[in-house]
Amino acid sequence: MTSATSRSPRSERETTGTEDLPAHTATPNGQQGSRPKPAPPAGAPVRLTGAQSLVRSLESVGTEVVFGIPGGTILPAYDPLLDSTKVRHVLVRHEQGAGHAATGYAQATGKVGVCMATSGPGATNLVTPLADAHMDSIPIVAVTGQQSRALIGTDAFQEADICGITLPITKHNYLVTDPADIPRVIAEAFHLASTGRPGPVLVDIPKDVLQETTSFVWPPDRQLPGYRPTLRPHGKQVREAAGLIAKSHRPVLYLGGGVLKAGAADGLRELAELTNIPVVTTLMARGAFPDSHPQNLGMPGMHGAVAAVAAMQRSDLILALGARFDDRVTGQLSTFAPEAAIVHADIDPAEISKNRKADVPIVGDCKEIITELLSAVRAEQEGDGAMGFTSWWDQLNSWRETFPLGYDWPADGALSPQHVIERIGQLAGPEALYTAGVGQHQMWAAQFIRYEHPRSWINSGGLGTMGFAVPAAMGAQFGHPGKEVWAIDGDGCFQMTNQELATCAIEGAPIKVAVINNGNLGMVRQWQNLFYAERYSQTDLGTHAHRIPDFALLAESLGCAGLRCETKDEVDDVIQRAREITDRPVVIDFVVGKDAQVWPMVAAGTGNDEIMAARGIRPLFDDDEAEGAQR
Amino acid sequence: MSKHTLSVLVENKPGVLARVAGLFSRRGFNIESLAVGPTENEDISRMTIVVAVEELPLEQVTKQLNKLVNIIKIVELDPDISVQRELLLVKVRADATVRSQVLETVQLFRAKVVDVSPEALTIEATGTADKIEALLRMLEPYGVREMVQSGMVAVGRGARSITATATR
Repeated sequence: MTSATSRSPRSERETTGTEDLPAHTATPNGQQGSRPKPAPPAGAPVRLTGAQSLVRSLESVGTEVVFGIPGGTILPAYDPLLDSTKVRHVLVRHEQGAGHAATGYAQATGKVGVCMATSGPGATNLVTPLADAHMDSIPIVAVTGQQSRALIGTDAFQEADICGITLPITKHNYLVTDPADIPRVIAEAFHLASTGRPGPVLVDIPKDVLQETTSFVWPPDRQLPGYRPTLRPHGKQVREAAGLIAKSHRPVLYLGGGVLKAGAADGLRELAELTNIPVVTTLMARGAFPDSHPQNLGMPGMHGAVAAVAAMQRSDLILALGARFDDRVTGQLSTFAPEAAIVHADIDPAEISKNRKADVPIVGDCKEIITELLSAVRAEQEGDGAMGFTSWWDQLNSWRETFPLGYDWPADGALSPQHVIERIGQLAGPEALYTAGVGQHQMWAAQFIRYEHPRSWINSGGLGTMGFAVPAAMGAQFGHPGKEVWAIDGDGCFQMTNQELATCAIEGAPIKVAVINNGNLGMVRQWQNLFYAERYSQTDLGTHAHRIPDFALLAESLGCAGLRCETKDEVDDVIQRAREITDRPVVIDFVVGKDAQVWPMVAAGTGNDEIMAARGIRPLFDDDEAEGAQR
Repeated sequence: MSKHTLSVLVENKPGVLARVAGLFSRRGFNIESLAVGPTENEDISRMTIVVAVEELPLEQVTKQLNKLVNIIKIVELDPDISVQRELLLVKVRADATVRSQVLETVQLFRAKVVDVSPEALTIEATGTADKIEALLRMLEPYGVREMVQSGMVAVGRGARSITATATR
């Protein structure tokens, strides 16, 4: 990301030891006064404003970038932010963009993402990204301005009870009423966001608290008597799990996003190879286990690979690691994996036995669990010999060969969306980062791009937030300026948040956006096709019929390169052209057929046995019938 | 569905009650009764929450409650080894003709009269939910003009303290 680094304010504002002085002693362009004062000793209180305390706290916890928009009540915080040599602020176009950018940054880097907004509408615009981060357990901290303390509760201008509003969609939130609390609250917020089961934390600060003079002490004492996440698993439970593995015949490793958050991918691979157990990676765990690995059966769930769904459905032991038995994975819960014993390992005790009862619950950090499980399995193997699962693998391979992921080219000669996404994945390769919106294009991106590395696939899983792709890609790009970042987006999603391309163009985030433009709200249309007698109510966006908007022209007007591709022959060429443009963002309008559908599919409310590899083809159902006929 | 009494130690901070109440409503659990008050430690408040749920959902309730950052400790109190009390204030119609009968009932239940007027008596009673219910049944025929009842508070029997370990 050459332009980002050249435009980075960091290079213009070299630090020369002023960090420990109140920011107002520095001139606006960051150059210090003629007489630099010596830094006070660490831990000694410094007098400054609440706003300066906030910026100092953000610097002290290691914040590199803040996505936000200033406004009335957060204004005091933006003044010292101008002088910060450590924190870069990215001025977004909509607070929702700031929130998703923070999420994309956090997902790509594993660090805490930070966003900032003013009170009232600024804060309420963060509601969707907070809910999104909450569902997907992403560590972000949102700092919002609030009306002055005396005005709270009076329906003052731009007053909204954002703490009340975000109560159910944050891991925790704070209303700061004393400026002396700011360092402690920021330290606690980052600690809460990034430890245990990660999640979003909101810090709401009244304007007069930001303006008041206070003292700043770092490091502050965290006061969280009720927060003690369990990291070390219970040894007995781990040994029991290893015992079940040794006794099982048809086990499967069911990986969720928790594996990525714990940084457990390496240990996991060792565990999988040691045991020869097949692996399925959920939507949130794509990349946790390499797609090129022969033991990876792909994604389970509603649009999962037949082999992955069937492996869980027919297994006698499910080892769930950092996964939560979400309804999109289990289908109808009562018929899910009827013969499987469940080992459920998660850092959040509330997830265990929430949906499916666990036979062996293990609470702890996935990395530690896997480490202990490895030695327990080794001990078990010494006693009892190898775990081959030969006949299980025969069965799995036969499913995999008979029902591979695939797609048909549209009969009307239109461009296949799956082909476009597959080629992007092949040409940009596994070192690139990929984000997606929500819908058909998201499922295809999860299915047809091969992920080899953790944190290379960034999407909105739990909340299913349309419009996630562009701002998340922006955040990911700021986290990894040197990487190629692709946003796989739909034409519906793209029209929700594309304004952030202006931010990308100006602030230097040369992301690539592939708009998979089928002219429709594709996933909804697919359901109307399958379940509503092809009555297409309000799903045609007119982007085909009227070419409104013209995505290529829109891109150009937002400071991006705008390309278009309508035929198969152009696909590779246009992708390569996009890859060569690195000085600004690129948008490619891929005009694709509107009738392509996402398969396989387990229809909502039905059991996973009913999975259809394609319309009318039910592998497991047919399988049972065939077995029945043989008997 | 069986009733369970949860003693919940929480940080004495604004908004904690809203966090707890919100969690119950959004996860679809019903609160039968809730009482909050200070403890011997001024940084800690104690909630007594009575919920009517089966065993498995109860496990979910406590696990979800435990995730709230401001909650320090949750203990389920077994009615057999704890003291459980509710407070009732009831205004009963009691003119001169029936007053002595009402007073007899009051004595029978070891309740007490806290206010008197020519037409009515206000009675204060504490006890288990069963006792309060029985007293009310006896008073109803005279005419209950107004009543107010507290949530249940409860404490385990014996010398052990649930706050002692939580505050260290």
